[in-house]
Amino acid sequence: MNGVHDMGGMDGFGPVVAEHDEPAFHAEWERRMYGLARLVMASLDVNIDEFRHAIERIPPARYLASTYYERWLAAAETLLVERGVVARAELLASEDAAIDPALIANSIAPRGPGPVTDKTANRPRFARGDRVRARNLNPSGHTRLPRYVRGKTGIVARDWGVFVFPDTNAHHAGTKPQHCYSVAFDARELWGKSAIRRDRVYIDLWDDYLEPITPVSKRKSAKR
Amino acid sequence: MSGDHHNTDDSGPAARVKALEAVLVAKGLIDPAAIDKIVDAYETRVGPRNGARVVAKAWTDPVYRKRLLADATAAVAELGYAGPEGGHLVAVENTDRVHNLVVCTLCSCYPWPVLGLPPVWYKSFAYRSRAVSDPRGVLADFGLELEPEVEVRVWDSSAEIRYLVIPQRPKGTGRMSEDALAAIVTRDSMVGVAKIEAPARA
Repeated sequence: MNGVHDMGGMDGFGPVVAEHDEPAFHAEWERRMYGLARLVMASLDVNIDEFRHAIERIPPARYLASTYYERWLAAAETLLVERGVVARAELLASEDAAIDPALIANSIAPRGPGPVTDKTANRPRFARGDRVRARNLNPSGHTRLPRYVRGKTGIVARDWGVFVFPDTNAHHAGTKPQHCYSVAFDARELWGKSAIRRDRVYIDLWDDYLEPITPVSKRKSAKR
Repeated sequence: MSGDHHNTDDSGPAARVKALEAVLVAKGLIDPAAIDKIVDAYETRVGPRNGARVVAKAWTDPVYRKRLLADATAAVAELGYAGPEGGHLVAVENTDRVHNLVVCTLCSCYPWPVLGLPPVWYKSFAYRSRAVSDPRGVLADFGLELEPEVEVRVWDSSAEIRYLVIPQRPKGTGRMSEDALAAIVTRDSMVGVAKIEAPARA
């Protein structure tokens, strides 16, 4: 989904401010929340993609006003209520917008476009050095294809092997295992001429997120 | 708005978490002692000291460094480090020509077994948004200015791969032991927002 969580390339959040000698947790409730989330995921068999998507489904204004573990809390509450494990009335957050079904995206099945290709074999479509384009996909469900890379051209740097596909796995619509690649994008391809020519962003992208680009060796030689 | 303020009073999230835990315990779904067990690991055993040991070993043992660059998950496991968010580790090495920086723009993925849980700045909207579009500006926020001829490689942890930066070993540390070296390796240097300074000679 094109949510506010997909932050790569946004402006306006100010400088990065680091805290000196930061503790692992800043409050007792954060400690409890971290452990609770891990246990809830294990006991309800919530997969990591589903948990990430529950965070992404927090309404945008609320997402931006929440700390990291507040978002974990909202996600855990949402999943527990949706699974029918806990009634909203049992939670202190029963009045909370974060778990109001009317305000939560994808509490019903997400709309298409779903994944494009249907592979049963796990053979890689791409190899190191291939030029590829990140597809312009805009699924309303979970995806790990950041907005800032869609439609952009890069070069396959590594094939990491086969991983379950988040876009379907998050919605219990199959694991759809497929190759995931490290793809190198020139900073200028992503951000334009103001970016430094030699800088690159490496993004890990699944096979279904990519399309091949016909070799351009002819065009290149014509230019020179 | 940073979204990284902290609620430490007993209202808001603290009360909600307490209520949530009570409901789940009452339903027999979780054991409160199990929470302590999980959390305790990240407060005592799993943190950036693990990553520092990996880096110091890579600096002093060329054969280990080779193994680490070829298969970080296995090389890190040799030192006894493994666990959630560590199933697919990759080590990237800083050199005179290349500087690596790790981010997760979509959430806050981080190599827990070697660095522990991420600091607030790594999870901040400022870092997640700008690390990919203005990495040199982000490094400047940390007081790190790179030469223009250095190539910056930003790694956006969009899948299940978790990255560990091997920082450059500072000059003048040739005689330091592996243990002494591990003590000067910082968390920030293993994410790529800092370099390591040689300790001042006594």
